[in-house]
Amino acid sequence: MSSDRASDLPVVPVRHPGRWVAAVVLLVLAAMLGHWLAATDGLHWHVVWHYLFDPTIVASARRTLVLTALAMLIGVTLGVVLAVMRLSANPIVSGCAWVYVWFFRGTPVLVQVLFWYNLPAVMHSLSVGVPFGPSWFHTDPKTLITQFGAAMLGLGLNEGAYMAEIVRAGILSVDEGQTEAAQALGMTRMLTMRRVVLPQAMRVVIPPTGNETISMLKTTSIVSVIGYAELTFTAQIIGSRTFQVIPLFIVISIWYLAMTSVLTVGQYYLERYFARGAARALAPTPIQRVRGWVGR
Amino acid sequence: MTTDVMVRAEGVRKRFGLVEVLRGIDLVATRGEVMCVLGPSGSGKSTFLRCINHLEKVDAGRLVVDGELVGYEQRGERLYELREAEVARKRAEIGMVFQRFNLFPHMTALGNIVEAPVRVKRMSPKAADKRGRELLDRVGLSGREDTYPRQLSGGQQQRVAIARALAMDPKLMLFDEPTSALDPELVGEVLDVMRDLATSGMTMIVVTHEIGFAREVGDALVFMDDGVVVESGPPKQVLTNPQHDRTKAFLSKVL
Repeated sequence: MSSDRASDLPVVPVRHPGRWVAAVVLLVLAAMLGHWLAATDGLHWHVVWHYLFDPTIVASARRTLVLTALAMLIGVTLGVVLAVMRLSANPIVSGCAWVYVWFFRGTPVLVQVLFWYNLPAVMHSLSVGVPFGPSWFHTDPKTLITQFGAAMLGLGLNEGAYMAEIVRAGILSVDEGQTEAAQALGMTRMLTMRRVVLPQAMRVVIPPTGNETISMLKTTSIVSVIGYAELTFTAQIIGSRTFQVIPLFIVISIWYLAMTSVLTVGQYYLERYFARGAARALAPTPIQRVRGWVGR
Repeated sequence: MTTDVMVRAEGVRKRFGLVEVLRGIDLVATRGEVMCVLGPSGSGKSTFLRCINHLEKVDAGRLVVDGELVGYEQRGERLYELREAEVARKRAEIGMVFQRFNLFPHMTALGNIVEAPVRVKRMSPKAADKRGRELLDRVGLSGREDTYPRQLSGGQQQRVAIARALAMDPKLMLFDEPTSALDPELVGEVLDVMRDLATSGMTMIVVTHEIGFAREVGDALVFMDDGVVVESGPPKQVLTNPQHDRTKAFLSKVL
Protein backbone atom coordinates (compact mmCIF):
# COMPACT_ATOMS: atom_id res chain seq x y z
CA MET A 1 0.00 0.00 0.00
CA SER A 2 1.98 2.98 -1.28
CA SER A 3 -0.67 5.66 -0.91
CA ASP A 4 -4.40 5.58 -0.24
CA ARG A 5 -4.98 8.92 -1.96
CA ALA A 6 -4.86 8.72 -5.74
CA SER A 7 -4.55 12.51 -6.00
CA ASP A 8 -1.04 12.34 -4.51
CA LEU A 9 0.31 10.26 -7.39
CA PRO A 10 1.95 11.87 -10.45
CA VAL A 11 -0.25 11.76 -13.58
CA VAL A 12 1.17 10.68 -16.94
CA PRO A 13 -0.96 12.15 -19.78
CA VAL A 14 -1.82 9.97 -22.78
CA ARG A 15 0.69 10.42 -25.64
CA HIS A 16 -0.61 11.40 -29.08
CA PRO A 17 2.09 10.43 -31.61
CA GLY A 18 -0.45 10.58 -34.45
CA ARG A 19 -1.02 14.29 -33.85
CA TRP A 20 2.68 15.03 -34.22
CA VAL A 21 2.90 13.07 -37.48
CA ALA A 22 -0.15 14.88 -38.89
CA ALA A 23 1.20 18.29 -37.86
CA VAL A 24 4.59 17.66 -39.46
CA VAL A 25 3.04 16.41 -42.73
CA LEU A 26 0.75 19.46 -42.96
CA LEU A 27 3.58 21.89 -42.18
CA VAL A 28 5.71 20.36 -44.94
CA LEU A 29 2.82 20.66 -47.41
CA ALA A 30 2.24 24.30 -46.37
CA ALA A 31 5.94 25.07 -46.85
CA MET A 32 5.79 23.51 -50.35
CA LEU A 33 2.80 25.68 -51.23
CA GLY A 34 4.53 28.79 -49.89
CA HIS A 35 7.64 28.00 -51.93
CA TRP A 36 5.59 27.46 -55.05
CA LEU A 37 3.76 30.77 -54.58
CA ALA A 38 6.98 32.68 -54.03
CA ALA A 39 9.15 30.99 -56.62
CA THR A 40 6.73 30.74 -59.57
CA ASP A 41 7.58 33.66 -61.85
CA GLY A 42 4.31 33.42 -63.78
CA LEU A 43 2.32 34.62 -60.77
CA HIS A 44 3.92 38.07 -61.14
CA TRP A 45 3.39 39.33 -57.62
CA HIS A 46 4.48 42.85 -58.55
CA VAL A 47 1.56 42.96 -60.99
CA VAL A 48 -0.75 41.77 -58.23
CA TRP A 49 0.36 44.62 -55.95
CA HIS A 50 0.10 47.07 -58.82
CA TYR A 51 -3.52 46.22 -59.56
CA LEU A 52 -4.73 45.44 -56.02
CA PHE A 53 -5.84 49.04 -55.38
CA ASP A 54 -6.21 50.06 -59.00
CA PRO A 55 -9.19 52.51 -59.21
CA THR A 56 -10.94 50.31 -61.80
CA ILE A 57 -10.68 47.27 -59.52
CA VAL A 58 -11.83 49.21 -56.44
CA ALA A 59 -14.80 50.61 -58.36
CA SER A 60 -15.80 47.14 -59.56
CA ALA A 61 -15.43 45.76 -56.03
CA ARG A 62 -17.90 48.44 -54.93
CA ARG A 63 -20.28 47.33 -57.70
CA THR A 64 -19.99 43.72 -56.52
CA LEU A 65 -20.82 44.80 -52.99
CA VAL A 66 -23.81 46.94 -54.02
CA LEU A 67 -25.14 44.16 -56.26
CA THR A 68 -24.78 41.64 -53.39
CA ALA A 69 -26.56 43.95 -50.96
CA LEU A 70 -29.46 44.71 -53.30
CA ALA A 71 -29.89 41.10 -54.45
CA MET A 72 -29.94 39.94 -50.83
CA LEU A 73 -32.39 42.70 -49.91
CA ILE A 74 -34.75 41.47 -52.63
CA GLY A 75 -34.07 37.86 -51.65
CA VAL A 76 -34.73 38.27 -47.93
CA THR A 77 -37.83 40.43 -48.37
CA LEU A 78 -39.25 38.06 -50.94
CA GLY A 79 -38.24 35.10 -48.78
CA VAL A 80 -40.17 36.35 -45.74
CA VAL A 81 -43.25 37.09 -47.85
CA LEU A 82 -43.10 33.70 -49.60
CA ALA A 83 -42.54 31.83 -46.31
CA VAL A 84 -45.57 33.47 -44.68
CA MET A 85 -47.56 32.74 -47.88
CA ARG A 86 -46.46 29.09 -47.80
CA LEU A 87 -47.88 28.74 -44.29
CA SER A 88 -51.16 30.45 -45.21
CA ALA A 89 -54.43 28.59 -44.77
CA ASN A 90 -55.49 29.73 -48.25
CA PRO A 91 -54.48 26.97 -50.71
CA ILE A 92 -54.14 29.42 -53.63
CA VAL A 93 -51.75 31.62 -51.66
CA SER A 94 -49.62 28.75 -50.38
CA GLY A 95 -49.75 27.09 -53.81
CA CYS A 96 -48.42 30.22 -55.52
CA ALA A 97 -45.51 30.37 -53.08
CA TRP A 98 -44.78 26.70 -53.72
CA VAL A 99 -44.77 27.16 -57.49
CA TYR A 100 -42.48 30.18 -57.19
CA VAL A 101 -39.94 28.23 -55.14
CA TRP A 102 -40.25 25.23 -57.46
CA PHE A 103 -39.55 27.34 -60.56
CA PHE A 104 -36.78 29.61 -59.34
CA ARG A 105 -34.96 26.86 -57.46
CA GLY A 106 -35.37 24.44 -60.31
CA THR A 107 -33.66 26.51 -63.02
CA PRO A 108 -29.99 27.61 -63.05
CA VAL A 109 -29.37 31.13 -61.80
CA LEU A 110 -27.11 31.74 -64.82
CA VAL A 111 -30.04 30.99 -67.13
CA GLN A 112 -32.29 33.28 -65.09
CA VAL A 113 -29.83 36.18 -65.36
CA LEU A 114 -29.48 35.63 -69.12
CA PHE A 115 -33.29 35.39 -69.40
CA TRP A 116 -33.88 38.76 -67.74
CA TYR A 117 -31.10 40.35 -69.74
CA ASN A 118 -32.51 39.14 -73.05
CA LEU A 119 -36.15 39.71 -72.20
CA PRO A 120 -36.36 43.17 -73.84
CA ALA A 121 -35.45 41.51 -77.15
CA VAL A 122 -38.79 39.68 -77.23
CA MET A 123 -40.85 42.05 -75.12
CA HIS A 124 -41.22 45.41 -76.74
CA SER A 125 -43.52 46.99 -74.24
CA LEU A 126 -44.35 46.53 -70.61
CA SER A 127 -47.69 47.65 -69.23
CA VAL A 128 -49.47 47.35 -65.94
CA GLY A 129 -53.25 47.09 -65.98
CA VAL A 130 -56.20 44.73 -66.14
CA PRO A 131 -55.29 41.51 -68.03
CA PHE A 132 -56.72 41.72 -71.57
CA GLY A 133 -58.17 45.10 -70.49
CA PRO A 134 -56.99 48.69 -70.19
CA SER A 135 -53.52 49.52 -68.96
CA TRP A 136 -52.50 52.32 -66.64
CA PHE A 137 -48.75 52.21 -66.87
CA HIS A 138 -46.68 51.77 -69.97
CA THR A 139 -42.94 51.59 -70.60
CA ASP A 140 -40.23 50.11 -72.76
CA PRO A 141 -38.51 47.20 -70.96
CA LYS A 142 -35.15 48.32 -72.34
CA THR A 143 -35.17 51.32 -70.04
CA LEU A 144 -36.01 49.09 -67.07
CA ILE A 145 -33.71 46.16 -67.75
CA THR A 146 -30.16 47.38 -67.95
CA GLN A 147 -27.17 45.12 -67.27
CA PHE A 148 -27.41 46.10 -63.63
CA GLY A 149 -31.20 45.67 -63.55
CA ALA A 150 -31.03 42.22 -65.11
CA ALA A 151 -28.24 41.19 -62.73
CA MET A 152 -30.14 42.41 -59.69
CA LEU A 153 -33.44 40.85 -60.77
CA GLY A 154 -31.87 37.54 -61.77
CA LEU A 155 -29.89 37.13 -58.56
CA GLY A 156 -32.55 38.60 -56.23
CA LEU A 157 -35.52 36.62 -57.54
CA ASN A 158 -33.49 33.42 -57.46
CA GLU A 159 -32.33 34.14 -53.92
CA GLY A 160 -35.94 34.73 -52.84
CA ALA A 161 -36.73 31.07 -53.49
CA TYR A 162 -33.87 29.86 -51.29
CA MET A 163 -34.58 32.42 -48.58
CA ALA A 164 -38.24 31.37 -48.53
CA GLU A 165 -37.25 27.86 -47.47
CA ILE A 166 -34.80 29.18 -44.88
CA VAL A 167 -37.38 31.52 -43.34
CA ARG A 168 -40.05 28.81 -43.42
CA ALA A 169 -37.75 26.46 -41.51
CA GLY A 170 -37.18 29.27 -39.00
CA ILE A 171 -40.89 29.88 -38.50
CA LEU A 172 -41.57 26.16 -38.04
CA SER A 173 -38.79 25.95 -35.45
CA VAL A 174 -40.68 28.26 -33.07
CA ASP A 175 -42.64 26.34 -30.44
CA GLU A 176 -46.41 26.29 -30.98
CA GLY A 177 -46.88 27.32 -27.34
CA GLN A 178 -45.51 30.74 -28.31
CA THR A 179 -48.30 31.31 -30.81
CA GLU A 180 -50.89 30.06 -28.33
CA ALA A 181 -49.60 32.33 -25.57
CA ALA A 182 -49.68 35.31 -27.94
CA GLN A 183 -53.20 34.50 -29.12
CA ALA A 184 -54.40 33.98 -25.55
CA LEU A 185 -53.23 37.55 -24.88
CA GLY A 186 -55.50 38.76 -27.68
CA MET A 187 -52.81 39.23 -30.33
CA THR A 188 -53.91 38.76 -33.94
CA ARG A 189 -52.08 36.38 -36.25
CA MET A 190 -50.18 39.18 -38.01
CA LEU A 191 -49.08 40.73 -34.71
CA THR A 192 -48.09 37.31 -33.36
CA MET A 193 -46.01 36.66 -36.47
CA ARG A 194 -44.30 40.06 -36.31
CA ARG A 195 -43.67 40.37 -32.58
CA VAL A 196 -43.37 36.79 -31.35
CA VAL A 197 -42.65 34.25 -34.10
CA LEU A 198 -40.36 36.04 -36.57
CA PRO A 199 -37.96 37.47 -33.95
CA GLN A 200 -37.49 33.95 -32.58
CA ALA A 201 -37.22 32.47 -36.06
CA MET A 202 -34.37 34.90 -36.73
CA ARG A 203 -32.05 32.90 -34.50
CA VAL A 204 -32.48 29.91 -36.79
CA VAL A 205 -32.61 32.02 -39.97
CA ILE A 206 -29.47 34.15 -39.48
CA PRO A 207 -26.70 31.52 -39.87
CA PRO A 208 -27.94 30.14 -43.23
CA THR A 209 -28.69 33.71 -44.37
CA GLY A 210 -25.10 34.62 -43.62
CA ASN A 211 -24.01 31.68 -45.75
CA GLU A 212 -26.35 32.82 -48.50
CA THR A 213 -24.93 36.36 -48.38
CA ILE A 214 -21.35 35.10 -48.61
CA SER A 215 -22.40 32.74 -51.38
CA MET A 216 -24.18 35.63 -53.16
CA LEU A 217 -21.07 37.80 -53.02
CA LYS A 218 -19.27 35.15 -55.06
CA THR A 219 -22.24 34.27 -57.26
CA THR A 220 -22.34 37.88 -58.49
CA SER A 221 -19.33 36.85 -60.60
CA ILE A 222 -21.66 35.05 -62.98
CA VAL A 223 -23.23 38.32 -64.13
CA SER A 224 -19.93 38.91 -65.93
CA VAL A 225 -21.59 36.91 -68.73
CA ILE A 226 -23.93 39.81 -69.44
CA GLY A 227 -21.05 42.28 -69.30
CA TYR A 228 -21.80 43.98 -66.02
CA ALA A 229 -18.49 45.40 -64.80
CA GLU A 230 -18.24 43.75 -61.40
CA LEU A 231 -14.96 42.28 -60.11
CA THR A 232 -14.70 39.19 -62.29
CA PHE A 233 -15.67 40.92 -65.53
CA THR A 234 -13.22 43.77 -64.82
CA ALA A 235 -10.43 41.30 -64.07
CA GLN A 236 -11.12 39.46 -67.31
CA ILE A 237 -11.05 42.71 -69.30
CA ILE A 238 -7.82 43.98 -67.75
CA GLY A 239 -6.32 40.50 -67.93
CA SER A 240 -7.00 40.05 -71.61
CA ARG A 241 -5.71 43.54 -72.37
CA THR A 242 -2.45 43.17 -70.45
CA PHE A 243 -2.01 39.38 -70.80
CA GLN A 244 -1.75 39.22 -67.00
CA VAL A 245 -4.70 36.90 -66.47
CA ILE A 246 -3.47 34.92 -63.45
CA PRO A 247 -2.23 37.93 -61.43
CA LEU A 248 -5.59 39.65 -61.90
CA PHE A 249 -7.47 36.57 -60.74
CA ILE A 250 -5.25 36.63 -57.65
CA VAL A 251 -6.17 40.31 -57.17
CA ILE A 252 -9.90 39.66 -57.24
CA SER A 253 -9.53 36.53 -55.10
CA ILE A 254 -7.94 38.73 -52.43
CA TRP A 255 -10.86 41.14 -52.76
CA TYR A 256 -13.46 38.39 -52.54
CA LEU A 257 -11.71 36.90 -49.50
CA ALA A 258 -11.46 40.28 -47.77
CA MET A 259 -15.15 41.03 -48.36
CA THR A 260 -16.37 37.60 -47.24
CA SER A 261 -14.19 37.94 -44.12
CA VAL A 262 -15.88 41.23 -43.25
CA LEU A 263 -19.29 39.61 -43.79
CA THR A 264 -18.33 36.70 -41.51
CA VAL A 265 -17.55 39.13 -38.69
CA GLY A 266 -20.86 40.92 -39.31
CA GLN A 267 -22.70 37.60 -39.17
CA TYR A 268 -21.07 36.80 -35.83
CA TYR A 269 -22.39 39.96 -34.21
CA LEU A 270 -25.83 39.60 -35.79
CA GLU A 271 -26.12 36.05 -34.41
CA ARG A 272 -25.15 37.33 -30.98
CA TYR A 273 -27.84 39.99 -31.11
CA PHE A 274 -30.59 37.51 -31.91
CA ALA A 275 -29.29 34.98 -29.39
CA ARG A 276 -30.29 37.28 -26.51
CA GLY A 277 -32.52 35.38 -24.13
CA ALA A 278 -31.55 32.07 -25.78
CA ALA A 279 -28.58 31.40 -23.53
CA ARG A 280 -28.26 32.16 -19.84
CA ALA A 281 -25.15 34.25 -20.50
CA LEU A 282 -23.55 35.20 -23.80
CA ALA A 283 -19.92 34.21 -24.30
CA PRO A 284 -17.64 37.27 -24.57
CA THR A 285 -16.74 38.42 -28.10
CA PRO A 286 -13.11 38.02 -29.20
CA ILE A 287 -12.67 41.79 -28.76
CA GLN A 288 -14.10 41.67 -25.25
CA ARG A 289 -11.72 38.82 -24.46
CA VAL A 290 -8.71 40.82 -25.69
CA ARG A 291 -9.87 43.81 -23.64
CA GLY A 292 -10.16 41.52 -20.64
CA TRP A 293 -6.53 40.40 -21.00
CA VAL A 294 -5.29 43.93 -21.56
CA GLY A 295 -7.24 45.30 -18.61
CA ARG A 296 -5.86 42.67 -16.26
CA MET B 1 -79.54 34.66 -17.49
CA THR B 2 -78.11 36.02 -14.25
CA THR B 3 -75.12 38.35 -14.36
CA ASP B 4 -73.48 36.25 -11.69
CA VAL B 5 -72.59 33.56 -14.20
CA MET B 6 -69.12 33.91 -15.74
CA VAL B 7 -68.87 30.65 -17.67
CA ARG B 8 -71.77 28.46 -18.69
CA ALA B 9 -71.22 25.26 -20.66
CA GLU B 10 -74.14 23.29 -22.07
CA GLY B 11 -73.44 20.02 -23.83
CA VAL B 12 -70.02 21.14 -25.10
CA ARG B 13 -68.51 18.62 -27.49
CA LYS B 14 -65.10 18.49 -29.14
CA ARG B 15 -63.65 15.88 -31.45
CA PHE B 16 -60.07 15.40 -32.63
CA GLY B 17 -60.28 13.16 -35.69
CA LEU B 18 -61.96 9.95 -34.54
CA VAL B 19 -61.57 10.63 -30.84
CA GLU B 20 -64.33 12.52 -29.07
CA VAL B 21 -62.45 14.33 -26.33
CA LEU B 22 -65.38 16.24 -24.87
CA ARG B 23 -68.68 14.36 -24.84
CA GLY B 24 -71.13 16.94 -23.56
CA ILE B 25 -69.76 19.12 -20.79
CA ASP B 26 -72.28 20.93 -18.60
CA LEU B 27 -71.07 23.29 -15.90
CA VAL B 28 -71.47 26.77 -14.49
CA ALA B 29 -68.78 28.96 -12.94
CA THR B 30 -70.01 32.04 -11.12
CA ARG B 31 -68.29 35.40 -10.86
CA GLY B 32 -65.54 35.52 -8.25
CA GLU B 33 -65.49 31.74 -7.95
CA VAL B 34 -62.39 29.56 -7.94
CA MET B 35 -63.25 26.37 -9.77
CA CYS B 36 -60.76 23.53 -9.72
CA VAL B 37 -60.96 20.83 -12.38
CA LEU B 38 -59.58 17.42 -11.47
CA GLY B 39 -59.31 14.28 -13.48
CA PRO B 40 -56.97 11.69 -15.00
CA SER B 41 -54.83 12.47 -18.08
CA GLY B 42 -56.83 12.42 -21.27
CA SER B 43 -60.09 13.20 -19.50
CA GLY B 44 -60.46 16.37 -21.61
CA LYS B 45 -59.96 18.95 -18.86
CA SER B 46 -57.23 20.88 -20.69
CA THR B 47 -59.19 20.76 -23.93
CA PHE B 48 -62.24 22.19 -22.18
CA LEU B 49 -60.13 24.99 -20.71
CA ARG B 50 -58.74 25.80 -24.17
CA CYS B 51 -62.26 25.91 -25.56
CA ILE B 52 -63.15 28.71 -23.13
CA ASN B 53 -60.84 31.18 -24.89
CA HIS B 54 -61.39 29.59 -28.29
CA LEU B 55 -57.90 28.11 -28.68
CA GLU B 56 -59.96 25.06 -29.62
CA LYS B 57 -63.16 25.35 -31.61
CA VAL B 58 -66.25 23.82 -30.00
CA ASP B 59 -67.95 21.29 -32.29
CA ALA B 60 -71.36 21.26 -30.62
CA GLY B 61 -73.14 22.67 -27.59
CA ARG B 62 -73.09 26.15 -26.16
CA LEU B 63 -70.22 27.79 -24.32
CA VAL B 64 -71.00 31.24 -22.93
CA VAL B 65 -68.50 33.52 -21.20
CA ASP B 66 -69.87 36.60 -19.43
CA GLY B 67 -73.08 36.43 -21.41
CA GLU B 68 -71.40 36.12 -24.81
CA LEU B 69 -71.09 33.00 -26.94
CA VAL B 70 -67.48 31.90 -27.42
CA GLY B 71 -66.28 32.12 -31.02
CA TYR B 72 -69.73 32.62 -32.53
CA GLU B 73 -72.46 35.17 -32.72
CA GLN B 74 -76.11 34.23 -32.77
CA ARG B 75 -78.26 36.20 -35.20
CA GLY B 76 -81.74 34.80 -35.54
CA GLU B 77 -81.57 31.04 -35.92
CA ARG B 78 -77.98 30.92 -37.12
CA LEU B 79 -74.55 30.97 -35.52
CA TYR B 80 -72.01 33.10 -37.33
CA GLU B 81 -68.36 32.39 -36.79
CA LEU B 82 -66.57 35.46 -35.43
CA ARG B 83 -63.86 37.27 -37.35
CA GLU B 84 -60.28 36.96 -36.13
CA ALA B 85 -60.22 40.48 -34.67
CA GLU B 86 -63.40 39.75 -32.68
CA VAL B 87 -62.00 36.49 -31.34
CA ALA B 88 -58.78 38.29 -30.38
CA ARG B 89 -60.73 41.05 -28.61
CA LYS B 90 -62.57 38.48 -26.51
CA ARG B 91 -59.40 36.54 -25.75
CA ALA B 92 -57.81 39.74 -24.48
CA GLU B 93 -60.37 39.72 -21.64
CA ILE B 94 -59.44 36.20 -20.53
CA GLY B 95 -56.06 35.48 -19.00
CA MET B 96 -54.42 32.10 -19.53
CA VAL B 97 -51.51 30.46 -17.77
CA PHE B 98 -49.91 27.43 -19.40
CA GLN B 99 -48.28 24.33 -18.01
CA ARG B 100 -45.03 25.11 -19.81
CA PHE B 101 -45.17 28.90 -19.10
CA ASN B 102 -44.76 29.87 -22.79
CA LEU B 103 -43.01 33.12 -21.94
CA PHE B 104 -41.52 34.93 -24.93
CA PRO B 105 -37.82 34.02 -24.59
CA HIS B 106 -36.56 36.98 -26.63
CA MET B 107 -38.17 39.51 -24.30
CA THR B 108 -37.25 40.41 -20.72
CA ALA B 109 -39.63 39.66 -17.86
CA LEU B 110 -40.99 43.21 -18.04
CA GLY B 111 -41.05 43.06 -21.86
CA ASN B 112 -43.25 39.96 -21.66
CA ILE B 113 -45.70 41.75 -19.39
CA VAL B 114 -46.00 45.05 -21.29
CA GLU B 115 -46.17 43.50 -24.77
CA ALA B 116 -49.91 42.83 -24.96
CA PRO B 117 -51.10 45.95 -23.07
CA VAL B 118 -49.07 48.14 -25.45
CA ARG B 119 -49.71 46.28 -28.71
CA VAL B 120 -53.25 45.02 -28.12
CA LYS B 121 -54.81 47.49 -25.70
CA ARG B 122 -52.84 50.46 -27.06
CA MET B 123 -51.80 51.43 -23.55
CA SER B 124 -49.02 54.03 -23.45
CA PRO B 125 -45.60 52.36 -22.99
CA LYS B 126 -45.00 54.48 -19.91
CA ALA B 127 -48.24 53.46 -18.20
CA ALA B 128 -47.72 49.81 -19.19
CA ASP B 129 -44.20 49.94 -17.81
CA LYS B 130 -45.43 51.29 -14.47
CA ARG B 131 -48.20 48.71 -14.25
CA GLY B 132 -45.79 45.94 -15.28
CA ARG B 133 -43.43 46.81 -12.45
CA GLU B 134 -46.34 46.80 -9.99
CA LEU B 135 -47.40 43.35 -11.21
CA LEU B 136 -43.87 41.97 -10.95
CA ASP B 137 -43.80 43.26 -7.40
CA ARG B 138 -47.15 41.62 -6.74
CA VAL B 139 -45.82 38.20 -7.81
CA GLY B 140 -42.71 38.78 -5.70
CA LEU B 141 -40.27 39.44 -8.52
CA SER B 142 -39.43 43.13 -8.30
CA GLY B 143 -35.85 43.67 -9.36
CA ARG B 144 -36.13 41.02 -12.08
CA GLU B 145 -37.55 43.40 -14.73
CA ASP B 146 -34.62 43.06 -17.13
CA THR B 147 -34.06 39.34 -16.69
CA TYR B 148 -34.71 37.00 -19.62
CA PRO B 149 -37.00 34.00 -18.98
CA ARG B 150 -34.22 31.43 -19.36
CA GLN B 151 -32.33 33.08 -16.54
CA LEU B 152 -35.27 32.49 -14.19
CA SER B 153 -36.29 29.33 -12.33
CA GLY B 154 -39.45 27.52 -13.38
CA GLY B 155 -41.40 28.94 -10.47
CA GLN B 156 -40.24 32.47 -11.27
CA GLN B 157 -41.12 32.00 -14.95
CA GLN B 158 -44.61 30.86 -14.06
CA ARG B 159 -45.07 33.87 -11.79
CA VAL B 160 -44.00 36.17 -14.65
CA ALA B 161 -46.52 34.34 -16.84
CA ILE B 162 -49.26 35.03 -14.29
CA ALA B 163 -48.24 38.71 -14.16
CA ARG B 164 -48.29 38.79 -17.99
CA ALA B 165 -51.87 37.49 -18.02
CA LEU B 166 -52.93 39.91 -15.26
CA ALA B 167 -51.53 42.87 -17.19
CA MET B 168 -54.52 42.67 -19.53
CA ASP B 169 -56.91 43.13 -16.58
CA PRO B 170 -58.79 39.92 -17.37
CA LYS B 171 -62.24 39.20 -16.00
CA LEU B 172 -61.44 35.50 -15.93
CA MET B 173 -58.20 33.58 -15.43
CA LEU B 174 -57.61 30.09 -16.82
CA PHE B 175 -54.82 27.93 -15.40
CA ASP B 176 -53.78 24.83 -17.35
CA GLU B 177 -51.88 22.66 -14.86
CA PRO B 178 -49.76 25.65 -13.77
CA THR B 179 -47.55 23.67 -11.40
CA SER B 180 -47.18 20.36 -13.27
CA ALA B 181 -43.88 21.29 -14.94
CA LEU B 182 -42.29 22.57 -11.73
CA ASP B 183 -39.86 21.04 -9.29
CA PRO B 184 -41.80 20.12 -6.12
CA GLU B 185 -40.02 22.79 -4.06
CA LEU B 186 -41.09 25.52 -6.51
CA VAL B 187 -44.78 24.60 -6.55
CA GLY B 188 -45.48 26.50 -3.34
CA GLU B 189 -44.41 29.92 -4.61
CA VAL B 190 -46.75 29.69 -7.61
CA LEU B 191 -49.66 28.43 -5.50
CA ASP B 192 -49.09 31.34 -3.10
CA VAL B 193 -49.51 33.82 -5.95
CA MET B 194 -52.66 32.02 -7.10
CA ARG B 195 -54.05 31.96 -3.58
CA ASP B 196 -53.44 35.70 -3.30
CA LEU B 197 -55.20 36.19 -6.62
CA ALA B 198 -58.19 34.13 -5.46
CA THR B 199 -58.45 36.24 -2.32
CA SER B 200 -58.62 39.39 -4.45
CA GLY B 201 -61.86 38.09 -5.98
CA MET B 202 -60.63 36.96 -9.40
CA THR B 203 -62.74 34.37 -11.18
CA MET B 204 -60.44 31.40 -11.79
CA ILE B 205 -60.76 28.04 -13.48
CA VAL B 206 -57.83 25.88 -12.50
CA VAL B 207 -56.99 22.53 -14.06
CA THR B 208 -54.71 20.98 -11.48
CA HIS B 209 -53.43 17.93 -9.71
CA GLU B 210 -52.88 19.90 -6.50
CA ILE B 211 -55.62 18.41 -4.31
CA GLY B 212 -54.48 20.50 -1.35
CA PHE B 213 -54.92 23.73 -3.30
CA ALA B 214 -58.35 22.61 -4.55
CA ARG B 215 -59.49 21.80 -1.01
CA GLU B 216 -58.12 24.97 0.56
CA VAL B 217 -58.71 27.67 -2.08
CA GLY B 218 -61.36 26.18 -4.38
CA ASP B 219 -65.02 27.19 -4.13
CA ALA B 220 -66.09 24.43 -6.48
CA LEU B 221 -64.51 21.21 -7.59
CA VAL B 222 -65.27 19.44 -10.85
CA PHE B 223 -64.16 15.90 -11.49
CA MET B 224 -63.90 15.00 -15.16
CA ASP B 225 -63.33 11.64 -16.77
CA ASP B 226 -63.54 10.44 -20.36
CA GLY B 227 -64.88 13.74 -21.69
CA VAL B 228 -67.74 14.26 -19.23
CA VAL B 229 -68.21 15.89 -15.83
CA VAL B 230 -68.60 12.94 -13.46
CA GLU B 231 -69.15 14.88 -10.28
CA SER B 232 -69.02 18.42 -8.99
CA GLY B 233 -69.67 20.33 -5.80
CA PRO B 234 -67.92 22.03 -2.91
CA PRO B 235 -64.34 20.65 -2.72
CA LYS B 236 -64.61 19.30 0.81
CA GLN B 237 -67.76 17.40 -0.03
CA VAL B 238 -66.41 15.88 -3.26
CA LEU B 239 -63.05 15.04 -1.74
CA THR B 240 -64.26 13.51 1.50
CA ASN B 241 -67.51 12.01 0.35
CA PRO B 242 -67.36 11.23 -3.40
CA GLN B 243 -70.57 9.82 -4.81
CA HIS B 244 -69.33 8.08 -7.95
CA ASP B 245 -67.13 5.01 -8.09
CA ARG B 246 -64.90 6.64 -10.71
CA THR B 247 -64.24 9.62 -8.41
CA LYS B 248 -63.60 7.30 -5.48
CA ALA B 249 -61.10 5.26 -7.51
CA PHE B 250 -59.27 8.37 -8.70
CA LEU B 251 -59.10 9.96 -5.27
CA SER B 252 -57.92 6.76 -3.63
CA LYS B 253 -54.90 6.86 -5.93
CA VAL B 254 -53.97 10.52 -5.55
CA LEU B 255 -54.83 11.25 -1.93
